[in-house]
Amino acid sequence: MSELLVVPALLAYGEAALAYAGELRGPGLAGRLATWGVRLGWLAQTALLVGQATSADGFPWGTWAGALNLFVWLVVGAYLIWGCRPRYRLLGLAVMPVAAFLLALAWAGGGTGLDQGDDSGLVLAIHVGLMLAGFASLTLSAGMAGLYVWQERRLKRHVRRVLRVRVPPLDALDRLAARGVLAGLGLLALGIGAGAARFERGDVDAAMVVTLAILAVYATLLVLRHEGWRGRRAALLNLCGFALVAVVLPLTHFAQ
Amino acid sequence: MTRLILVGVSHHRAPIELRERVALDPERSAALAAHLGQEAVVLSTCNRTELYLARPDDAEELAVATLTDLAGDRAEELGAVLYRLSDEAAALHLFRVAAGLDSLVPGEGEILGQVRGAFEAGSTGPFLDRLFRQALHAGRRVRVETAIGESPASVPAAGAALAQQVFENLSGKRILLLGAGKMSELTARNLVSRGAQIGAVANRTLEHAQVLADSFGARALGLDELREELAIADVVVASTSSSEPILRKADVAAALRSRKGRPLLLVDLAVPRDLDPAINDLESCFLYDVDDLEAVVAETITGRRSEAARAEQLVASEGERFRRWQASLDVVPTIASLRALVEEIRDSELERAGSRLSETERKHVESVTSQIVAKLLHLPTIRMKEAAAAADGVVYADVVRHLFGLGEEERRV
Repeated sequence: MSELLVVPALLAYGEAALAYAGELRGPGLAGRLATWGVRLGWLAQTALLVGQATSADGFPWGTWAGALNLFVWLVVGAYLIWGCRPRYRLLGLAVMPVAAFLLALAWAGGGTGLDQGDDSGLVLAIHVGLMLAGFASLTLSAGMAGLYVWQERRLKRHVRRVLRVRVPPLDALDRLAARGVLAGLGLLALGIGAGAARFERGDVDAAMVVTLAILAVYATLLVLRHEGWRGRRAALLNLCGFALVAVVLPLTHFAQ
Repeated sequence: MTRLILVGVSHHRAPIELRERVALDPERSAALAAHLGQEAVVLSTCNRTELYLARPDDAEELAVATLTDLAGDRAEELGAVLYRLSDEAAALHLFRVAAGLDSLVPGEGEILGQVRGAFEAGSTGPFLDRLFRQALHAGRRVRVETAIGESPASVPAAGAALAQQVFENLSGKRILLLGAGKMSELTARNLVSRGAQIGAVANRTLEHAQVLADSFGARALGLDELREELAIADVVVASTSSSEPILRKADVAAALRSRKGRPLLLVDLAVPRDLDPAINDLESCFLYDVDDLEAVVAETITGRRSEAARAEQLVASEGERFRRWQASLDVVPTIASLRALVEEIRDSELERAGSRLSETERKHVESVTSQIVAKLLHLPTIRMKEAAAAADGVVYADVVRHLFGLGEEERRV
């Protein structure tokens, strides 16, 4: 029965995605409805995950669809930290449509069902959990980088409506995106460390190489930022790193 | 029945010469309200002076006479510009005023504090207390539920609002003023009010720069000493009378090397422009000239007007709520009389039965009869209040008075 919790979660995320589009016209009711959609959807998804965790024999999110389910929950949960503030609502326009789409994909792929799981052990569960949390952090960071590029362009072009749509200040977006990268890197490093415990010679595959490339790109971003690469250039590099996370990594991972 | 009377003059029809004659400072407003007695509130701002009176008698002439006294030798002009509103219309007007919808710039925020001040200094009773509390609620609701007060309505405020689009917190952000003109000073004051600090004032004439710099606790510079300050400033505000640009792209580009990517907002209020437009092409530099700022202001004022339509709906709903409350006052005496009659009957019957009942039984019967009375009277009370809101209240009240013989005892006496 609790498997059906995916339906209210999906509906609430979908409602939030639509309502955030309404927030573009100006702050008000649409933004508040969107925030409540995110909150209620996340609670429903949390209940679903709890149901999965209690009914499964092993780690319930070991499949690609299950991992996607957990990933969406992490992204939305992290977004809720900022998303409830009126000025950060527009970030939801970047996050919630993606979250709704990915949750629907996870559902279609059977990642939201009960009584599924594999007995790969605790180490794998920790490895997957940390890697997903790291990617969730990088996803949010990319959302902020995208918002930075959009708002910077509006300010540069002297868009007349620049003050009518609530967007976080450029300074804050830049700083939070960097923090997201830092947190993501830390989680990825821990996840890789946990995975290394089960690593054997000859296990190297394309996904591992891409993951290390992702680590290198984001580490470079942090170093360059320290040297003065802030603002637009940092945001663009962040988006390049995210392209690796969102496109190349799944392709290499699931092609195996 | 208590009637609400509003008599006033405002910027819509009265010229400033007349408005300043009837304008009162907070102390004199409070004194006048006390002089007018229960219940009176005097709301006096630079745009309006209004008297709100709630009395059982017709207080309109008293209010007009008071304003005429204040106008003194310009009293003759008053008749043509004076407005008189009563009851629901007067309440709705106050709600619009509190929401900033009657202001020169729709949604300006200062008026809500002025309404609160007038209320606190007024000579209020239950009627005006309810009216002004609801007006303050309406004003707050409009500001929370619409974006009417969020956008800047002037060029200096737009400059400050743009700075808040770039920097998370203006607290401690350093401002460089180029020129000691009025516009740059206004913009600087707007930024300072949001937490920024003036780092330096640069001017061709150092003495002029020194005067303005002293007022902000900043340092004064000549226009040839900008390079060092450009490296550490966060916002540059320019308004000199120079016919040539003061800062060129190369000057700013040179300063950017030591800024480590920190953004720089440049606001050029001068005509001819002080800042080379090509500066906007530099990374992390955002240059706005006076035309850009005026376009932003025009757009935000348009936005305020569209938000004003939503605000009007909110105010209208508050007006309707007040009308219902005021109408319910028509039936309140009847409801009170009916309850008193029923309670009197209950008490006398309990007293008659008292000797036949033990203490426990008496308490039990008291409790039961009290509940019966409350349940019996609940629906008629609700229905009478509903009827009052629909303008049938007096008819219903008369019927109830007739059926239960309310007031007949008093008439017989």
